[in-house]
Formats: sequence, structure tokens, C-alpha cells
Amino acid sequence: MVLVKSSQADGRIHPQKFVLWVAMGSIVMMFAGLTSAYIVKKSQANWLEYSLPLVFWYSTIAIITSSITINMALKAFKAREMRQYRTLITVTSLLGLLFMGLQISGFANLEARNIPLFGSKSNSATSFLGVITILHMLHVLGGVIALLVIFIRAYVSKIKNYSSLPIEIISTYWHFVDFLWIYLFIFFNWLR
Amino acid sequence: MSSEVALDFHSGVSSLHDTHHSHDEHHHHETFISKYVFSMDHKMIAKQFLITGMFWAVLGGFMSVLFRLQLGYPDSTFPWLEDILGKWAKGGHITPEAYYALVTTHGTVLVFFVLTAGLSGTFANFLIPLQVGARDMASPFMNMLSFWFFFTAGIVMLSSIFVETGPFSGGWTAYPPLSALGDASPGSKTGMDLWIVSMALFVVSSLLGGLNYIATVLNMRTKGMSMTRLPLTIWALFFTAVLGVLSFPVLFSGFILLIFDRNFGTSFYLSDIFVNGAGALPNEGGSAILYQHLFWFLGHPEVYIILLPAMGMVSEILSTNARKPIFGYMAMIGSMFAIAILAFLVWAHHMFVTGLNPFLGSIFVLLTLLIAVPSAIKVFNWLTTLWRGNIRFTPAMLFAIGFVSLFISGGLTGIWLGNSALDIHLHDTYFVIAHFHIVMGVASMFGMFAGIYHWFPKMYGRFLNNTLGYVHFWITIAGAYLIFWPMHYEGLAGMPRRYYDYSIWESFKQFSDLNRFISTVAMIVFATQILFLANFFYSIFKGRKLRTANPWGSNTLEWTTPIKPGHGNWPGEIPEVYRWAYDYGKDGTDFISQTTPVGADESVH
Ligand code: HEM
Ligand SMILES: [Cu+2]
Repeated sequence: MVLVKSSQADGRIHPQKFVLWVAMGSIVMMFAGLTSAYIVKKSQANWLEYSLPLVFWYSTIAIITSSITINMALKAFKAREMRQYRTLITVTSLLGLLFMGLQISGFANLEARNIPLFGSKSNSATSFLGVITILHMLHVLGGVIALLVIFIRAYVSKIKNYSSLPIEIISTYWHFVDFLWIYLFIFFNWLR
Repeated sequence: MSSEVALDFHSGVSSLHDTHHSHDEHHHHETFISKYVFSMDHKMIAKQFLITGMFWAVLGGFMSVLFRLQLGYPDSTFPWLEDILGKWAKGGHITPEAYYALVTTHGTVLVFFVLTAGLSGTFANFLIPLQVGARDMASPFMNMLSFWFFFTAGIVMLSSIFVETGPFSGGWTAYPPLSALGDASPGSKTGMDLWIVSMALFVVSSLLGGLNYIATVLNMRTKGMSMTRLPLTIWALFFTAVLGVLSFPVLFSGFILLIFDRNFGTSFYLSDIFVNGAGALPNEGGSAILYQHLFWFLGHPEVYIILLPAMGMVSEILSTNARKPIFGYMAMIGSMFAIAILAFLVWAHHMFVTGLNPFLGSIFVLLTLLIAVPSAIKVFNWLTTLWRGNIRFTPAMLFAIGFVSLFISGGLTGIWLGNSALDIHLHDTYFVIAHFHIVMGVASMFGMFAGIYHWFPKMYGRFLNNTLGYVHFWITIAGAYLIFWPMHYEGLAGMPRRYYDYSIWESFKQFSDLNRFISTVAMIVFATQILFLANFFYSIFKGRKLRTANPWGSNTLEWTTPIKPGHGNWPGEIPEVYRWAYDYGKDGTDFISQTTPVGADESVH
């Protein structure tokens, strides 16, 4: 990838980081669109009231923890503690996967209680929950893949790369996805 | 020295007078593939967008000729139609299904592929790095991806034309239930699946492009190029990108819900539906209006995504060819900013008659009419820029002036439609068709033509043929008014849009001759566009060669590059900027390039 980089001496933000911020704004708009649709829909007839599966609490704890570990990974990278850094990003990715697994078990819980998310017997209240959480999970998956890429790159590339830019970008994104879930969690629990 | 450094910089294309520089020494060998296909040079990507856009303009335009045949000559048969359309024109007569498919594809293709990708894709790519003084985009790789996503979206859309049940036929806005239920119409089956895949790819393309444009404008300006020294083209393209990045995701979320309704049995948009032959559907509690909200939250910003680049280029071209500074530079930026903000707050004016709460409607009336203020400021400034100018009527200038004329005509009818009470009568009539074709369709096309005539020398090192340019302009402007002006009368008389045959309606029979007239003019105008394309492709290879680097006497940076700039744009260092872009006729000097330092005895502007 050819990247034209502007000098950092003037204190301007790195273009790639900037791109990430704009992209996050764009993702926010997508979820804002969906949650507003949810609110509009809720005020109309035929809206199912149900309680969220308990396991969403655990997934919330998992994703918050992963934000802490990725932060530690960033610190470790900057301190050149590469061993520790690799362990920490592995833990972070695993927590990301665990989060996704817990979300899926939450869906299974609803199905078991006979509250289908999709299909002709579903209600849009739960369909919304399904669509929004699945979209969010895809964003988590994107973060996991990005971590995997830099992890593999650290092994494969012959040149030692001391730029902390990739891990900085991914950790910003990771925190963002974390906050996004917290927002959604609060939204589903109390704002709806 | 410029603050920009290029890392791993491909500088392959050598120009006639290649000045060698340190980083030019190790030439990468460029293959045909890396130079013309998977190119990462923003100038090549711009040309790719332009030519792909042209392909779609021809196809989409030709579709309108076909359905205008039906509207103008509902009783005639054209055997050759059966030759090209097969079963869609049995006996030389376009079938209703084909008619709706043509109208839908025409709208989708023109709005998204031609006037969004073809317009912003071309000029944002071409002009942003050149006019801000950068070697390329912030991420040339993402830029390349943006084009290829667009290209793939096009392939998918194109393939939908050839499927058994035909392309989607429920209108470019793809409202449910036609878009959500496969059983609703032939086009709602595979055609709609392909439509939605194509549009999803298109959204990705727009987002990749938009992110890049924003990052480049904000981060990659050369030394001295403060935001308030940027040419108005760049400001316009910047606001366009911001609108796209914030509104396309919302459309995307609407599409996701649509996909679930189509494929996974959910009821976001569907409720209490009875389909002929299939019986009552189980879906309950959905709301088709929800889709309209999500669609128009993008849809209205989208019309400005289409218009703003044209506005920016027109400002630049008017000022250059009137040899006068643009009038009210800051007011121009301010009004574009106001338009960008208001664009997000008016979407419900497309939904006045959907049962929208009339009180809410009145708020949207107010916000909608507010857009007239920044629009009027811009018109005023363009006219004052022309006032007493030393005008050079190049084809680009004519198209720019034509743009202003069309924008005024079409903007005024917007004020009619913006009143919810009037809209009860006018909604979904030909009045709306006339309004948006003049203000958005033709006006933005004019902006695009102006841009092509003006920057063609920079793109290809040659000129377009002037005489053909004049012929192109006069026929197109006369034709545009002749086609769309009469539609206002039809709309005021209540003639609805999207009907297949008006001759069977007692109230609309009176328009038979008028419809035939419109169809005839449409064919002439379409033929004229082919003339333009001939001029375009002929001139790429055989046009008059450029002898000087700055043929129009322009101030902006792109004209300080060599006649055929290589990848990296400037052979040496990137020039530094000392002034705004509009010092035309200052202190008696014809023009002063942005790279000229401010003289000691110069007056401040
Ligand atoms: C003074 C400014 C404007 C006002 C007040 C205005 C108002 C409106 C209103 C109220 C409608 C809905 C009509 C209906 O469906 O019943 C409409 C339709 C439309 N306008 Fe405008 N408009 C303005 C400028 C523009 C501009 C600048 C563009 C494009 C660049 C544009 C593009 C469109 C399009 C594409 C539609 C129709 C979409 C469809 O239903 O298929 N308008 N306008
Ligand atoms: Cu609108």
C-alpha cells in the first residue's frame, strides 16, 4: 500500500487515524439510523415486551475487559515488551471471540424461550435486537481480524517494525466498538 | 520546502520534459495492468470513474429514450424494439413490466452511477490532490478499491437486466412492499436481489471514496494552503464527501432491514398484506413508512451530493472565465455549509402525503424553505461574478452559465413543492419530475460537462473540439427546457408520474401531442450527447495539442504541473501557496497564480 504521509512535526493527526475517526462517525450514523428506527417502531402497535437474556451482562463484562487488555497491549508495545504484547493481543482477540459466542448464546436463550428473532413468527422488537447485535458482532469480528493481521505480520515480516501506528489504530477502533456495545446495551435495557 | 513527503512513491509515467529528481531515479516498471487497470494514481482513477460513468450515462439515457417512445407513441409499434428487447417488447410494443423496469433502472443508474460516482468520483479524484497540492490521495489503495467496488456494483446491476424475471421495477426509491416481497412483481424477485447487492457495493465504494477525500482535504494540503485559500471546487467536494459519509450508512441500515424482510421472514416493513395468488401473508406490525424515513434521510442529502460538486466547479469556471474574483468567497463557503446542515433536516418533505403529522409537516416546510436562503445567496454571487466580467464564452463557461440558469428554474419550483399544502396536489405528478430533472438531473449534468470541457486539457493534454462543444451546448440547453418545462403544466393538471399509458385517461388525453413532442426532443438531445462522446474520444487521441501548461490563465495549482503530469503530479517539490485562488484582474494584472508570493506594493483583497 502506498501511503503518502504528512509530517508529524506540525502536530497534525496522522491521516490514517483521521480516516478511522471519520469512518467511526460513519458507523455511528448507521447505528443511529437503526436505533431511531427502533424507537419509531416501538411507538407503533404490535410491539413485543420481553426481558433480555442474562448472558448479555457477561458479554458486556467480556468486552469491557478486552478494552483493558488491548490498552495494556498498546502500553507493552510502546515499552518494547514484545512477549507480553503478543500475549495481550491474543487474550484480547479471544475475549472478542468469547463476546461473540456469548451474544450467540443469548440468541439461543431467546429462541428457547420461544421468542424467535427472525422468521415469520418473529416480532420486530426481537428482530431489531437480532439485526443490531449481529451487525455489532460483525464489527467486533473486523477488529479480531485486524488483530490477527498485525499478529501474523509481526512474525512474518523480516524487517523489525517499530511503528505503533497499526496497534494504536486498532485499539482506538476496539474501544469504539466497546463503547458502541455499551450504548446498545443501555439502549436495549433501559431506553426502550 | 513542502511539508509532504512521499513514501514508497511510484513515479513511472514520464512526461515529455521529464525533469529528473532524486526520487524519480528508481523507476518502477509499470505494466499495462498497474497503469490502466489497478492503477493507484488518482488521475487515472478519475478517468476510470469518468469513462465508466459515461458508459452508464449512455445506457441509462438510452433507457429513457425507450420509455419515452412508449409515452410519446403509446399506440405505435416498433418492430426493432423486439429485436433488442425480445420478450420485453412483444410485437414491437414495450410491455408494462419492461416499462417499469426501464424507469427504475434509468433512475437508479443516473442518480447513483452517473451523477454520484461519475461526478464526484471523477472530479474529487482528479481535482483534490491537484488543487490542494498533494502527490496523491491519503490512501491511494482505498481509492483504487473505491473504483473497483463501483465497477463491481455496475456489473451486478448490469447482470440484473439479463435475468429471466427482469431487473427491479419498483422505482429508484425501492419502497416496500414492492422491494420486500418477491411475489409482488416479476422485478421484485432476482432483479431486486441484484439491485440490493449492487447498491450495497455502491455504498461501500462511496464510503471508501468519501473517507479518502475528507482525509486528503484536511491533512494533505501543501504549505500555505490554508482552508480559506482553497478553491471552491475543493470546498464543494469536501462537503459532498461529508454528506455521503454521514448519510449513506443510514441508507445501508435501511437496506439491511430490507434484506431481512426479503430473506429471513421479519416484519420491519410489512404488515397485513394480501398477495394475489399467494394469499394473506403472516407478517404483522411492520411499517413501510419506516423505510421511507431511512431512505429519504439519505435521499435528500444525496441530491446535494449530486449538486454540490457541480456548484463548486461552476464557481471556479465562472470566475476564471469572467476574469474576475468570485463574488463573496466566504459567503459561498458559508452557504454550502448551511446547505450541508439543512440537507439532513428536510427529508420528510418527500413524505408530506404519507400521513405525516401535519404539525411535524409544518416544521419540515419551514426547514425546507430555509434552504432557499443559501441557494439564493449562491445564485446572487454567481450572477455578481458575471456582472461586468470580461467574459470568455468557452464551452465550459457556457455550460457553467447554463447551470446557473437551470438551478434558478428548478430551485423556484422547489419552493412550490416545499409547501405541504401545495404538495398535496403536486406530489407524484409530472411537476416533481420537472422539478428534480431541471434542478438536479440536467443542472448537475451541465456542471459535469463544464468540468469536462474545462479540465479535459489537464486530463489528456489536448483540447476538445470547440465547434462541437457549442453545438452540444445549444442543443442540450434548448432541449432540456423543451423537455422539462412542459412537464410543469402536465403536473399542475394532475398528471401522475410513473403511469404506463396516459392516452386511456380522459383527463390526460389532451397531452398526447405534448408527450409526443417531449419524446421527440428527448431523442434529439440523446443523439447530441453521442456527438459529445464522439468529440471526447476523438480528442483524446487526435485533439488539438496543448502548448502551454496553463491554457485558461488559471490561478489554481493543477495548472502549475507539467502538461502531462506523472504519478506524483509535480516533478520537483510541491509548490508553496501564498494567496487565495481568485486573484483575477487584481491591480490591473490579468491573473496571479496561487504560487506567486504577495508583492510589497500589492493591495490586500
Ligand atoms: C429551494 C430548494 C428546494 C426545495 C424547497 C425542494 C423541495 C422539494 C420537495 C418538497 C420535493 C418533494 C416533492 C414531492 O415528491 O411531492 C422535492 C423533490 C425532489 N427534489 Fe427538490 N427541492 C429543492 C431543491 C432541490 C435540489 C437542489 C435538488 C437536487 C440537486 C432537488 C432534487 C429533488 C429530487 C430528486 C426530488 C424527487 C425525488 C423523487 O420523488 O423521486 N431538489 N423537492
Ligand atoms: Cu428533498
